[in-house]
Amino acid sequence: MTAATNWTIAGVRSALEARRISARELAKEFYTRIERRNPELNAFLALSPDRAYAQADRVDAVLARGEALPPLAGVPIAIKDVISTRGVRSTCGSKILENYVPPYDATAIERLEAAGAVLLGKTNCDEFAMGSSTENSAYGAVRNPVSLDRVPGGSSGGSAAAVAAGLAVAALGTDTGGSIRQPGAYCGIPAMMPTYGRVSRYGLIAFASSLDRIGPFAGNVADTAAVMAVIAGHDPNDSTSAAVPVPDYAAEIEKPIQGLRIGVPEDYFGEGLDAEVKAKVEAGIALLERLGCRRIPLKMPHTDYAIATYYIVATAEASSNLARYDGVRYGLRVPGSTLIDMYRKTRERGFGPEVKRRIMLGTYALSAGYYDAYYLRAQKVRSLIARDFSDAFQKVDAIITPTAPTPAFRLGEKTADPLQMYLADIYTVTGSLAGVPGISVPCGKTKAGLPVGLQIFGSHFSEGRVLQLAYAFEKAGGAAI
Amino acid sequence: MKITREDVLRVAELAHLELTPEEVELYRGQLDEILNYIGKLEQLDVSKVEPMAQVLFTGAGAPAAALGAAKEHPELRDDTLRPCDVADAILAQAPEAAKPFFRVPKVIDR
Repeated sequence: MTAATNWTIAGVRSALEARRISARELAKEFYTRIERRNPELNAFLALSPDRAYAQADRVDAVLARGEALPPLAGVPIAIKDVISTRGVRSTCGSKILENYVPPYDATAIERLEAAGAVLLGKTNCDEFAMGSSTENSAYGAVRNPVSLDRVPGGSSGGSAAAVAAGLAVAALGTDTGGSIRQPGAYCGIPAMMPTYGRVSRYGLIAFASSLDRIGPFAGNVADTAAVMAVIAGHDPNDSTSAAVPVPDYAAEIEKPIQGLRIGVPEDYFGEGLDAEVKAKVEAGIALLERLGCRRIPLKMPHTDYAIATYYIVATAEASSNLARYDGVRYGLRVPGSTLIDMYRKTRERGFGPEVKRRIMLGTYALSAGYYDAYYLRAQKVRSLIARDFSDAFQKVDAIITPTAPTPAFRLGEKTADPLQMYLADIYTVTGSLAGVPGISVPCGKTKAGLPVGLQIFGSHFSEGRVLQLAYAFEKAGGAAI
Repeated sequence: MKITREDVLRVAELAHLELTPEEVELYRGQLDEILNYIGKLEQLDVSKVEPMAQVLFTGAGAPAAALGAAKEHPELRDDTLRPCDVADAILAQAPEAAKPFFRVPKVIDR
């Protein structure tokens, strides 16, 4: 599409081993691409060339010594700006953290660099990951590289756009209600939300702690699996990361999919689903059937309540998590006559409209007299939504749905109506609430050339199975369906 | 109308947000619409449902060995002290610091 060479992780490795390019030259090539494309896309907020070239030199030194390369050696990677990077500005797309430079690395970042990855820089996102279009960034919207007058999705829109435009081989995003999968679908690349607890959240600047997950974007499913293999696993610094062994995803994806039972919940194909998206996803399911999967009709009766549940749970947690931005320890401070006055002025000036809206909603839902009616009730409905999934996984190996009800919408189309924007996440928030893993894989394009995403959910810790189906789907031509 | 101007002001005070008059009116309308939509949760009978208090999955279906049969909560580490010498780096981020403290406006008048 746009990239002169579509680098893959395997391609980087073989080029390095054959000495066709050095890691430093490769990093330079990607910075040249960024310099050329980023002014129109606005995918990157900060670049970290010193760090990238130092890492590239380390990889080149390993090569020069004739030692074996680590799994992501020399692979240029972009990082969503809500993930802490030591010495590299991390704003979360917010004015309140405009000058914030984290003193430590997130565990996922440590693991990527230990595996040889080269961190190019930080990507644009909706402020504190709150949004579905990346238009809520305090640093300007991101454009979709497939169609520049459309949004890339959100909130990890910068990461999705960077990979789709060939400005990074892979990227990390975060997904709280769909913020990896939905931009993956809109930009036409694979995008994975791992199981809650599969990837450490240490160093992820919190939005909603019971929902937030770090996960990868890449140009193909094998690369998605390769990044997952590096970032997954228990971390003593995150007590909500699971002590569940990580399988060999590269081996898992090669397993045959014949005989797998794929559940298709009718609740995801009703009112609000765009006709072209529906036709493509139906064609995608038919392709999986031709590959030997058995289609099982499902009912997941609480699907329709997921957005309402999500916008209570997520905003309640956000109102608590974002209480830390008060002008005392880091970030913006606006002077005030008293301590409280300083808090109020700092937060008024530092937060954008969507963040304030969600803090207000969450504070309301948790406030005296409303807690039972909103938060407690939402937590109970969350149990029902999780039960829809556990019941389904008694009968099926995976669940197939559209990732989003429409293809990428136009910039500005939904900014005036927050509720309409929230409904862009209607098929993704369910899995977020249940804690299960999901991937979006490209599933053809609309007549206007806009990518459609097919979503695959698996049971807890079955990333291997989800990736295996996605890989078979991709190999069988799913992206061109 | 579910949400009043007073509700918005009360919540803004709880959340330490100093809203402009325009914001008060904007959020009143938007929160009203969103809460109306959220009202659909009242259609469900949840009287016999437990709230979801734990997301980390440790239930049936996960391989027993994987969850560490010997230890009930393998995610939890021992409570031992480890060096953490980032105080200088953290204070360097502060809008106003007076080592080893953060400085804030005077809280107590006497």
